[in-house]
Amino acid sequence: MQRTIMPAPVRKSVRVSAPRERAFEVFTAGIGRWWPKTHHIGAADLDTHVIEPRQGGRWFERCVDGSECEVGKVLVWDPPARLVLAWQLNADWKYDPNLITEVDVQFIAESASDTRVELEHRNLERMGDGVDTIRQKIDAPDGWGALLQLFAQSATQA
Amino acid sequence: MANVNSALAALSDPTRRQVFQRLQSGALSVGEIAQDLPVSRPAVSQHLKVLKDAGLVADRAEGARRVYHIDPRGLAAIRAWLDQFWDVALEAYAAEVTRSEKER
Repeated sequence: MQRTIMPAPVRKSVRVSAPRERAFEVFTAGIGRWWPKTHHIGAADLDTHVIEPRQGGRWFERCVDGSECEVGKVLVWDPPARLVLAWQLNADWKYDPNLITEVDVQFIAESASDTRVELEHRNLERMGDGVDTIRQKIDAPDGWGALLQLFAQSATQA
Repeated sequence: MANVNSALAALSDPTRRQVFQRLQSGALSVGEIAQDLPVSRPAVSQHLKVLKDAGLVADRAEGARRVYHIDPRGLAAIRAWLDQFWDVALEAYAAEVTRSEKER
């Protein structure tokens, strides 16, 4: 049975104590310092996350063994106002070059020293393309396991 | 489309999450789920009801018995996970901004 699914985008807003330029810099150049270490796709332990500072740049993670795993790419690079990333991990938490969900991040100056960061993760319905494929993945032993494990980890930490 | 908050709430209970995870390998009856968990059948039924109301599982008749399976349309689960993921990530990000500003 085919059915169109349109989950609402995930929207988040956080206020940080820094000017826009610094907020943008920490989000991008400093992503390796704040990205949750528990959330990664490589087989080895996570070393760092990298966002290449340009439109079309890679977004990837590097594991301690030196291996690199693609997460997505930079769609819009407009410092210090806006960053749009393509999140290309599917429901199996695997990189899929044909899947693009967008993470749109806007940096809005609240004052000279405060910035509101608004994040929207959209096009989540694209993760549901091909219900049959999804069903096969769910039925596979390694199907939703990875995702659920991650969910359980973060739920435990929360 | 299930309510996302109910999906998130449904999966926030550890036992219910176990029930949900048991269904990853395929459809099971209430009795089969209860066999592997330290929970009574009525309790499993109750958990399944919550999961079903949240759109995470669906059921169907299979001969004389009723089996439960993960609802493939349950993208609510993925969205709920991402929703929580970004909460955790942005909190860490804000803390890192504060930390790096103090160092300057």
